[in-house]
Amino acid sequence: MTVAIIDYGSGNLHSAAKAFERAARGMNVPEKIVVTRDPEVVFRADRVVLPGVGAFADCRKGLDALDGMVEAMTETVRDKARPFFGICVGMQLMATRGKEHVVTDGLDWIGGDVVKITPNEENLKIPHMGWNTLDMVREHPVLERLPLGPKGLHAYFVHSFHLAATSEADVLARADYGGPVTAMVGKDTAIGTQFHPEKSQRFGLALISNFLKWKP
Amino acid sequence: MFKVRVIPCLDVKDGRVVKGINFVDLRDAGDPVEAAIAYDAAGADELCFLDITATHENRGIMLDVVRRTAEACFMPLTVGGGVRTVDDIKVLLRSGADKVSINSAAVSRREFVKEAAEKFGDQCIVVAIDAKRVKRGGGGERWEIFTHGGRNSTGIDAIEYAQEVVSLGAGEILLTSMDRDGTRIGFDIPLTQAVADSVPVPVIASGGVGNLDHLVDGIRQGHATAVLAASIFHFGEFTIRQAKDHMVRAGLPMRLDP
Repeated sequence: MTVAIIDYGSGNLHSAAKAFERAARGMNVPEKIVVTRDPEVVFRADRVVLPGVGAFADCRKGLDALDGMVEAMTETVRDKARPFFGICVGMQLMATRGKEHVVTDGLDWIGGDVVKITPNEENLKIPHMGWNTLDMVREHPVLERLPLGPKGLHAYFVHSFHLAATSEADVLARADYGGPVTAMVGKDTAIGTQFHPEKSQRFGLALISNFLKWKP
Repeated sequence: MFKVRVIPCLDVKDGRVVKGINFVDLRDAGDPVEAAIAYDAAGADELCFLDITATHENRGIMLDVVRRTAEACFMPLTVGGGVRTVDDIKVLLRSGADKVSINSAAVSRREFVKEAAEKFGDQCIVVAIDAKRVKRGGGGERWEIFTHGGRNSTGIDAIEYAQEVVSLGAGEILLTSMDRDGTRIGFDIPLTQAVADSVPVPVIASGGVGNLDHLVDGIRQGHATAVLAASIFHFGEFTIRQAKDHMVRAGLPMRLDP
Protein backbone atom coordinates (compact mmCIF):
# COMPACT_ATOMS: atom_id res chain seq x y z
CA MET A 1 0.00 0.00 0.00
CA THR A 2 1.38 3.38 -0.96
CA VAL A 3 0.57 6.73 0.59
CA ALA A 4 1.60 9.60 -1.67
CA ILE A 5 2.37 12.90 0.07
CA ILE A 6 2.35 15.60 -2.58
CA ASP A 7 5.41 17.86 -2.58
CA TYR A 8 4.48 21.07 -4.34
CA GLY A 9 6.95 23.33 -2.62
CA SER A 10 4.63 24.24 0.21
CA GLY A 11 5.31 23.62 3.81
CA ASN A 12 7.02 21.30 6.09
CA LEU A 13 6.78 17.95 4.35
CA HIS A 14 9.40 16.45 6.62
CA SER A 15 7.12 16.48 9.68
CA ALA A 16 4.08 15.32 7.73
CA ALA A 17 6.02 12.42 6.23
CA LYS A 18 7.52 11.48 9.61
CA ALA A 19 4.10 11.54 11.30
CA PHE A 20 2.59 9.28 8.62
CA GLU A 21 5.60 6.95 8.88
CA ARG A 22 5.22 6.79 12.65
CA ALA A 23 1.49 6.08 12.41
CA ALA A 24 2.04 3.46 9.67
CA ARG A 25 4.64 1.62 11.77
CA GLY A 26 1.98 0.81 14.34
CA MET A 27 -0.22 -0.96 11.82
CA ASN A 28 -0.54 -4.55 10.66
CA VAL A 29 -0.28 -3.74 6.99
CA PRO A 30 2.74 -1.52 6.62
CA GLU A 31 2.10 1.46 4.39
CA LYS A 32 4.81 2.89 2.22
CA ILE A 33 5.00 6.65 2.61
CA VAL A 34 6.26 8.42 -0.51
CA VAL A 35 6.89 12.15 -0.83
CA THR A 36 6.43 12.93 -4.51
CA ARG A 37 6.17 15.57 -7.22
CA ASP A 38 5.27 12.94 -9.81
CA PRO A 39 1.59 12.75 -10.94
CA GLU A 40 2.16 9.11 -12.00
CA VAL A 41 3.00 8.17 -8.40
CA VAL A 42 -0.14 9.94 -7.19
CA PHE A 43 -2.21 8.21 -9.85
CA ARG A 44 -1.01 4.79 -8.68
CA ALA A 45 -1.16 5.57 -4.94
CA ASP A 46 -3.63 3.92 -2.58
CA ARG A 47 -3.95 7.07 -0.49
CA VAL A 48 -3.13 10.70 -1.20
CA VAL A 49 -2.08 13.42 1.25
CA LEU A 50 -1.97 17.12 0.37
CA PRO A 51 -0.22 19.18 3.05
CA GLY A 52 0.20 22.94 2.75
CA VAL A 53 1.15 26.08 4.61
CA GLY A 54 1.24 29.67 3.45
CA ALA A 55 -1.21 31.61 1.35
CA PHE A 56 -4.01 29.96 -0.67
CA ALA A 57 -3.08 31.54 -4.02
CA ASP A 58 0.61 30.62 -3.66
CA CYS A 59 -0.27 27.05 -2.82
CA ARG A 60 -2.63 26.79 -5.79
CA LYS A 61 0.10 28.17 -8.01
CA GLY A 62 2.58 25.65 -6.65
CA LEU A 63 0.16 22.79 -7.28
CA ASP A 64 -0.57 23.94 -10.84
CA ALA A 65 3.16 24.19 -11.53
CA LEU A 66 3.35 20.39 -11.30
CA ASP A 67 2.17 19.41 -14.74
CA GLY A 68 -0.74 16.95 -14.56
CA MET A 69 -0.89 16.85 -10.74
CA VAL A 70 -4.40 18.25 -10.29
CA GLU A 71 -5.66 15.82 -12.94
CA ALA A 72 -3.89 12.91 -11.22
CA MET A 73 -5.38 13.90 -7.85
CA THR A 74 -8.85 14.26 -9.33
CA GLU A 75 -8.73 10.89 -11.08
CA THR A 76 -7.29 9.07 -8.08
CA VAL A 77 -9.62 10.58 -5.50
CA ARG A 78 -12.79 11.38 -7.41
CA ASP A 79 -12.86 8.63 -10.03
CA LYS A 80 -10.96 5.79 -8.35
CA ALA A 81 -12.34 6.75 -4.89
CA ARG A 82 -9.02 6.51 -3.07
CA PRO A 83 -8.85 8.11 0.40
CA PHE A 84 -7.52 11.66 0.46
CA PHE A 85 -6.29 13.77 3.37
CA GLY A 86 -5.85 17.56 2.98
CA ILE A 87 -3.97 19.34 5.76
CA CYS A 88 -4.29 23.06 6.54
CA VAL A 89 -4.06 24.89 3.19
CA GLY A 90 -4.20 21.42 1.60
CA MET A 91 -7.68 21.17 3.14
CA GLN A 92 -8.59 24.70 2.09
CA LEU A 93 -7.69 23.85 -1.51
CA MET A 94 -10.59 21.36 -1.48
CA ALA A 95 -12.99 24.34 -1.45
CA THR A 96 -14.64 26.04 -4.42
CA ARG A 97 -12.66 29.25 -4.00
CA GLY A 98 -10.08 30.90 -1.79
CA LYS A 99 -10.55 34.52 -0.79
CA GLU A 100 -7.21 35.20 0.85
CA HIS A 101 -6.05 38.57 -0.57
CA VAL A 102 -7.25 37.56 -4.06
CA VAL A 103 -9.98 35.23 -5.29
CA THR A 104 -8.47 31.95 -6.45
CA ASP A 105 -10.17 28.78 -7.68
CA GLY A 106 -9.88 25.73 -5.46
CA LEU A 107 -10.44 22.11 -6.48
CA ASP A 108 -14.18 22.48 -5.75
CA TRP A 109 -14.51 19.09 -4.05
CA ILE A 110 -16.24 20.74 -1.10
CA GLY A 111 -18.67 23.56 -1.88
CA GLY A 112 -17.74 26.80 -0.14
CA ASP A 113 -15.25 29.62 0.12
CA VAL A 114 -12.11 30.03 2.22
CA VAL A 115 -12.64 33.24 4.17
CA LYS A 116 -10.96 35.15 6.98
CA ILE A 117 -11.90 34.10 10.49
CA THR A 118 -13.58 36.84 12.50
CA PRO A 119 -13.46 36.07 16.22
CA ASN A 120 -16.09 38.11 18.06
CA GLU A 121 -13.99 38.53 21.18
CA GLU A 122 -11.65 41.46 21.25
CA ASN A 123 -8.81 39.69 23.06
CA LEU A 124 -8.60 36.85 20.54
CA LYS A 125 -5.65 37.24 18.17
CA ILE A 126 -5.28 36.34 14.52
CA PRO A 127 -3.74 33.93 13.48
CA HIS A 128 -5.68 31.37 15.53
CA MET A 129 -2.42 29.87 16.77
CA GLY A 130 -2.34 27.13 19.36
CA TRP A 131 -4.31 24.24 20.82
CA ASN A 132 -8.06 23.94 20.67
CA THR A 133 -10.66 21.25 21.32
CA LEU A 134 -12.97 19.96 18.57
CA ASP A 135 -16.74 19.61 18.50
CA MET A 136 -17.93 16.77 16.33
CA VAL A 137 -20.58 17.74 13.80
CA ARG A 138 -20.85 14.41 12.03
CA GLU A 139 -19.52 10.96 12.89
CA HIS A 140 -16.82 9.63 10.61
CA PRO A 141 -14.54 6.54 10.64
CA VAL A 142 -11.40 8.72 10.94
CA LEU A 143 -12.77 10.18 14.20
CA GLU A 144 -13.50 6.79 15.70
CA ARG A 145 -12.46 6.34 19.33
CA LEU A 146 -11.02 9.85 19.54
CA PRO A 147 -12.23 11.79 22.57
CA LEU A 148 -13.62 15.09 21.26
CA GLY A 149 -15.71 17.84 22.83
CA PRO A 150 -14.80 20.37 25.55
CA LYS A 151 -13.09 17.72 27.67
CA GLY A 152 -11.55 15.89 24.75
CA LEU A 153 -8.09 15.96 23.21
CA HIS A 154 -6.63 19.06 21.54
CA ALA A 155 -5.50 19.79 18.00
CA TYR A 156 -2.86 22.33 16.95
CA PHE A 157 -4.08 25.15 14.72
CA VAL A 158 -2.19 27.90 12.87
CA HIS A 159 -4.39 29.81 10.44
CA SER A 160 -6.20 33.06 9.70
CA PHE A 161 -8.65 31.71 7.11
CA HIS A 162 -11.04 28.77 7.17
CA LEU A 163 -13.33 26.84 4.84
CA ALA A 164 -16.91 28.08 5.14
CA ALA A 165 -18.70 25.06 3.69
CA THR A 166 -21.96 25.62 1.81
CA SER A 167 -23.39 22.31 2.97
CA GLU A 168 -23.45 21.44 6.67
CA ALA A 169 -23.22 17.78 5.64
CA ASP A 170 -19.60 18.31 4.55
CA VAL A 171 -18.46 19.54 7.97
CA LEU A 172 -17.13 16.87 10.35
CA ALA A 173 -15.86 19.02 13.22
CA ARG A 174 -15.62 22.60 14.38
CA ALA A 175 -13.53 24.49 16.88
CA ASP A 176 -14.66 27.52 18.83
CA TYR A 177 -12.54 30.64 18.49
CA GLY A 178 -14.83 33.53 19.26
CA GLY A 179 -17.35 31.77 17.02
CA PRO A 180 -17.32 28.55 14.99
CA VAL A 181 -14.25 27.68 12.92
CA THR A 182 -14.30 24.78 10.44
CA ALA A 183 -11.81 22.28 11.83
CA MET A 184 -12.51 19.26 9.66
CA VAL A 185 -14.40 18.49 6.46
CA GLY A 186 -15.27 15.24 4.76
CA LYS A 187 -17.06 14.19 1.62
CA ASP A 188 -17.00 10.84 -0.16
CA THR A 189 -13.44 9.52 0.14
CA ALA A 190 -11.82 12.85 0.97
CA ILE A 191 -11.22 14.42 4.36
CA GLY A 192 -9.41 17.58 5.37
CA THR A 193 -8.27 19.15 8.62
CA GLN A 194 -7.59 22.84 9.22
CA PHE A 195 -5.38 21.84 12.14
CA HIS A 196 -2.06 20.05 11.84
CA PRO A 197 -2.33 16.37 12.82
CA GLU A 198 1.44 16.03 12.32
CA LYS A 199 1.90 18.61 15.10
CA SER A 200 -0.89 17.44 17.38
CA GLN A 201 1.08 14.87 19.36
CA ARG A 202 -0.85 11.70 20.29
CA PHE A 203 -4.17 12.98 19.03
CA GLY A 204 -2.71 13.74 15.62
CA LEU A 205 -1.00 10.36 15.31
CA ALA A 206 -4.22 8.57 16.32
CA LEU A 207 -6.15 10.50 13.67
CA ILE A 208 -3.56 9.64 11.01
CA SER A 209 -3.75 5.97 12.03
CA ASN A 210 -7.52 6.08 11.62
CA PHE A 211 -7.09 7.59 8.17
CA LEU A 212 -4.62 4.87 7.17
CA LYS A 213 -7.08 2.18 8.34
CA TRP A 214 -10.08 3.82 6.68
CA LYS A 215 -11.61 1.73 3.88
CA PRO A 216 -14.38 3.83 2.37
CA MET B 1 -11.89 25.83 23.94
CA PHE B 2 -8.73 27.68 22.98
CA LYS B 3 -5.86 27.15 25.40
CA VAL B 4 -2.92 29.12 26.75
CA ARG B 5 0.47 27.80 25.60
CA VAL B 6 3.45 27.00 27.83
CA ILE B 7 6.70 26.95 25.84
CA PRO B 8 10.05 25.77 27.19
CA CYS B 9 13.03 27.30 25.41
CA LEU B 10 16.40 25.62 25.03
CA ASP B 11 19.62 27.50 24.26
CA VAL B 12 21.71 25.36 21.94
CA LYS B 13 25.37 25.94 21.16
CA ASP B 14 27.27 23.79 18.66
CA GLY B 15 24.50 21.20 18.88
CA ARG B 16 24.52 20.99 22.68
CA VAL B 17 22.13 22.37 25.29
CA VAL B 18 23.97 25.19 27.03
CA LYS B 19 22.69 24.41 30.50
CA GLY B 20 22.00 20.72 31.04
CA ILE B 21 18.47 19.56 31.61
CA ASN B 22 17.85 18.29 35.10
CA PHE B 23 14.23 17.32 35.31
CA VAL B 24 14.28 13.72 34.20
CA ASP B 25 16.86 11.01 33.95
CA LEU B 26 18.25 11.55 30.52
CA ARG B 27 21.04 9.47 29.10
CA ASP B 28 22.60 12.65 27.80
CA ALA B 29 21.38 15.81 29.49
CA GLY B 30 23.18 17.94 26.92
CA ASP B 31 21.45 16.50 23.86
CA PRO B 32 18.73 18.91 22.69
CA VAL B 33 16.85 16.10 20.95
CA GLU B 34 16.56 14.12 24.18
CA ALA B 35 15.44 17.25 26.01
CA ALA B 36 12.86 17.87 23.28
CA ILE B 37 11.53 14.31 23.58
CA ALA B 38 11.24 14.73 27.36
CA TYR B 39 9.36 18.02 27.00
CA ASP B 40 7.09 16.46 24.38
CA ALA B 41 6.22 13.66 26.81
CA ALA B 42 5.78 16.18 29.64
CA GLY B 43 3.03 18.00 27.74
CA ALA B 44 4.79 21.16 26.56
CA ASP B 45 2.58 22.98 24.06
CA GLU B 46 5.43 24.04 21.81
CA LEU B 47 9.17 23.94 21.86
CA CYS B 48 11.67 26.65 21.13
CA PHE B 49 15.34 26.23 20.21
CA LEU B 50 17.59 29.24 20.28
CA ASP B 51 20.82 28.58 18.39
CA ILE B 52 23.62 30.58 19.98
CA THR B 53 26.35 28.94 17.92
CA ALA B 54 28.90 31.61 17.16
CA THR B 55 30.60 30.22 14.07
CA HIS B 56 29.08 29.84 10.67
CA GLU B 57 30.70 26.43 10.16
CA ASN B 58 28.84 24.94 13.10
CA ARG B 59 25.43 26.13 11.98
CA GLY B 60 24.81 22.93 10.04
CA ILE B 61 24.80 21.03 13.34
CA MET B 62 21.59 22.82 14.30
CA LEU B 63 19.87 21.57 11.14
CA ASP B 64 20.67 18.04 12.19
CA VAL B 65 19.26 18.73 15.68
CA VAL B 66 16.08 20.12 14.12
CA ARG B 67 15.80 17.17 11.75
CA ARG B 68 16.19 14.59 14.53
CA THR B 69 13.74 16.47 16.75
CA ALA B 70 11.12 16.56 14.01
CA GLU B 71 11.51 12.81 13.56
CA ALA B 72 10.81 12.13 17.22
CA CYS B 73 8.47 14.92 18.37
CA PHE B 74 5.12 15.64 16.77
CA MET B 75 4.67 19.07 18.28
CA PRO B 76 5.25 22.62 17.04
CA LEU B 77 8.88 23.70 16.96
CA THR B 78 10.24 27.23 16.66
CA VAL B 79 13.91 27.78 15.88
CA GLY B 80 15.74 31.08 16.23
CA GLY B 81 19.24 32.46 16.40
CA GLY B 82 21.29 33.73 13.50
CA VAL B 83 18.42 33.72 10.99
CA ARG B 84 19.53 36.32 8.45
CA THR B 85 18.42 35.25 4.99
CA VAL B 86 15.44 33.73 3.21
CA ASP B 87 17.69 30.75 2.59
CA ASP B 88 18.35 30.33 6.34
CA ILE B 89 14.58 30.09 6.82
CA LYS B 90 14.10 27.69 3.95
CA VAL B 91 16.62 25.17 5.26
CA LEU B 92 15.23 25.36 8.81
CA LEU B 93 11.66 24.76 7.62
CA ARG B 94 12.84 21.99 5.31
CA SER B 95 14.61 20.37 8.27
CA GLY B 96 11.42 20.30 10.29
CA ALA B 97 11.01 23.65 12.06
CA ASP B 98 7.44 24.98 11.96
CA LYS B 99 8.30 28.56 12.75
CA VAL B 100 11.50 30.55 12.68
CA SER B 101 12.24 33.49 14.86
CA ILE B 102 14.04 36.49 13.43
CA ASN B 103 15.77 38.94 15.75
CA SER B 104 18.59 41.32 14.81
CA ALA B 105 18.25 40.74 11.06
CA ALA B 106 14.80 42.35 11.28
CA VAL B 107 16.17 45.26 13.31
CA SER B 108 18.83 46.03 10.75
CA ARG B 109 16.59 45.43 7.74
CA ARG B 110 12.81 45.48 8.25
CA GLU B 111 12.10 44.40 4.68
CA PHE B 112 13.47 40.99 5.59
CA VAL B 113 10.28 40.33 7.59
CA LYS B 114 8.17 41.12 4.54
CA GLU B 115 10.27 38.97 2.21
CA ALA B 116 10.11 36.07 4.67
CA ALA B 117 6.36 36.35 5.29
CA GLU B 118 5.58 36.60 1.59
CA LYS B 119 7.67 33.57 0.81
CA PHE B 120 6.70 31.28 3.70
CA GLY B 121 3.48 32.75 5.09
CA ASP B 122 2.89 34.97 8.14
CA GLN B 123 2.16 31.95 10.31
CA CYS B 124 5.75 30.76 10.39
CA ILE B 125 7.49 34.09 10.91
CA VAL B 126 8.07 35.00 14.55
CA VAL B 127 9.83 38.27 15.28
CA ALA B 128 11.83 38.16 18.51
CA ILE B 129 12.01 41.51 20.26
CA ASP B 130 14.52 42.22 23.03
CA ALA B 131 13.34 45.34 24.84
CA LYS B 132 14.74 47.38 27.72
CA ARG B 133 13.41 50.32 29.73
CA VAL B 134 15.12 53.56 28.86
CA LYS B 135 14.83 56.92 30.65
CA ARG B 136 14.05 59.74 28.30
CA GLY B 137 14.49 63.48 28.79
CA GLY B 138 11.73 65.00 30.93
CA GLY B 139 11.56 62.01 33.27
CA GLY B 140 9.58 59.83 30.86
CA GLU B 141 10.30 56.17 30.25
CA ARG B 142 9.86 53.94 27.27
CA TRP B 143 11.05 50.58 26.02
CA GLU B 144 13.66 50.42 23.30
CA ILE B 145 14.99 47.59 21.16
CA PHE B 146 18.39 46.23 22.13
CA THR B 147 20.52 43.80 20.19
CA HIS B 148 23.50 41.56 21.03
CA GLY B 149 22.01 40.20 24.22
CA GLY B 150 20.94 43.59 25.50
CA ARG B 151 24.31 45.29 25.04
CA ASN B 152 23.61 47.43 21.99
CA SER B 153 21.03 50.16 22.05
CA THR B 154 19.20 50.98 18.83
CA GLY B 155 17.02 53.88 19.99
CA ILE B 156 13.98 52.19 18.36
CA ASP B 157 10.72 52.30 20.31
CA ALA B 158 9.64 48.73 21.10
CA ILE B 159 5.92 49.26 20.63
CA GLU B 160 6.26 51.08 17.32
CA TYR B 161 8.69 48.41 16.17
CA ALA B 162 6.27 45.61 17.12
CA GLN B 163 3.50 47.28 15.14
CA GLU B 164 5.80 47.78 12.19
CA VAL B 165 7.00 44.16 11.98
CA VAL B 166 3.41 42.91 12.31
CA SER B 167 2.33 45.17 9.44
CA LEU B 168 5.18 43.62 7.41
CA GLY B 169 3.89 40.10 8.08
CA ALA B 170 5.16 38.83 11.44
CA GLY B 171 2.63 36.23 12.60
CA GLU B 172 3.74 36.23 16.21
CA ILE B 173 5.92 38.29 18.56
CA LEU B 174 8.36 36.72 21.01
CA LEU B 175 8.86 39.52 23.52
CA THR B 176 11.77 39.37 25.95
CA SER B 177 12.41 41.95 28.63
CA MET B 178 16.17 42.42 28.86
CA ASP B 179 15.68 44.05 32.28
CA ARG B 180 14.01 40.93 33.61
CA ASP B 181 15.85 38.18 31.73
CA GLY B 182 17.62 35.98 34.29
CA THR B 183 16.30 37.91 37.31
CA ARG B 184 13.52 35.46 38.28
CA ILE B 185 11.33 38.33 39.52
CA GLY B 186 8.67 37.95 36.83
CA PHE B 187 7.86 39.30 33.37
CA ASP B 188 7.92 43.04 32.73
CA ILE B 189 4.13 43.22 32.84
CA PRO B 190 3.66 46.83 31.63
CA LEU B 191 5.90 46.07 28.62
CA THR B 192 4.09 42.82 27.83
CA GLN B 193 0.70 44.46 28.11
CA ALA B 194 1.70 47.49 26.06
CA VAL B 195 2.94 45.33 23.20
CA ALA B 196 0.16 42.71 23.40
CA ASP B 197 -2.52 45.41 23.34
CA SER B 198 -1.00 47.21 20.37
CA VAL B 199 -0.69 44.29 17.90
CA PRO B 200 -3.35 41.93 16.50
CA VAL B 201 -1.07 38.85 16.51
CA PRO B 202 -0.21 36.54 19.44
CA VAL B 203 2.51 37.70 21.83
CA ILE B 204 4.73 35.25 23.75
CA ALA B 205 5.93 36.70 27.05
CA SER B 206 9.54 35.93 27.95
CA GLY B 207 12.21 36.93 30.45
CA GLY B 208 12.16 36.82 34.23
CA VAL B 209 10.04 33.83 35.23
CA GLY B 210 10.96 32.67 38.74
CA ASN B 211 7.75 31.06 39.96
CA LEU B 212 4.45 29.77 38.64
CA ASP B 213 2.48 32.88 39.56
CA HIS B 214 4.62 34.76 37.10
CA LEU B 215 3.25 32.60 34.28
CA VAL B 216 -0.30 33.47 35.31
CA ASP B 217 0.57 37.18 35.50
CA GLY B 218 2.00 37.14 31.97
CA ILE B 219 -1.32 35.97 30.57
CA ARG B 220 -3.79 37.68 32.87
CA GLN B 221 -2.10 41.05 33.41
CA GLY B 222 0.31 41.06 30.47
CA HIS B 223 -2.34 39.92 27.96
CA ALA B 224 0.14 37.53 26.34
CA THR B 225 -1.31 34.46 24.60
CA ALA B 226 1.64 32.23 25.50
CA VAL B 227 4.43 32.13 28.07
CA LEU B 228 8.01 31.06 27.51
CA ALA B 229 10.39 29.97 30.25
CA ALA B 230 13.72 28.23 30.48
CA SER B 231 15.43 27.78 33.84
CA ILE B 232 12.37 26.99 36.00
CA PHE B 233 11.79 23.95 33.82
CA HIS B 234 15.33 22.97 32.89
CA PHE B 235 16.54 22.80 36.47
CA GLY B 236 13.68 20.60 37.53
CA GLU B 237 12.19 23.19 39.85
CA PHE B 238 8.78 22.74 38.27
CA THR B 239 7.42 20.33 35.70
CA ILE B 240 5.32 21.49 32.75
CA ARG B 241 2.38 19.74 34.36
CA GLN B 242 2.85 21.58 37.68
CA ALA B 243 2.94 24.85 35.78
CA LYS B 244 -0.25 24.00 33.92
CA ASP B 245 -2.06 22.75 37.02
CA HIS B 246 -1.17 26.00 38.74
CA MET B 247 -2.48 28.01 35.81
CA VAL B 248 -5.70 25.97 35.82
CA ARG B 249 -6.19 26.74 39.52
CA ALA B 250 -5.78 30.40 38.63
CA GLY B 251 -8.66 30.00 36.19
CA LEU B 252 -6.72 29.89 32.90
CA PRO B 253 -7.71 27.45 30.12
CA MET B 254 -4.87 24.92 29.73
CA ARG B 255 -4.35 21.78 27.67
CA LEU B 256 -3.89 18.78 29.97
CA ASP B 257 -4.02 15.98 27.39
CA PRO B 258 -2.49 12.68 28.54
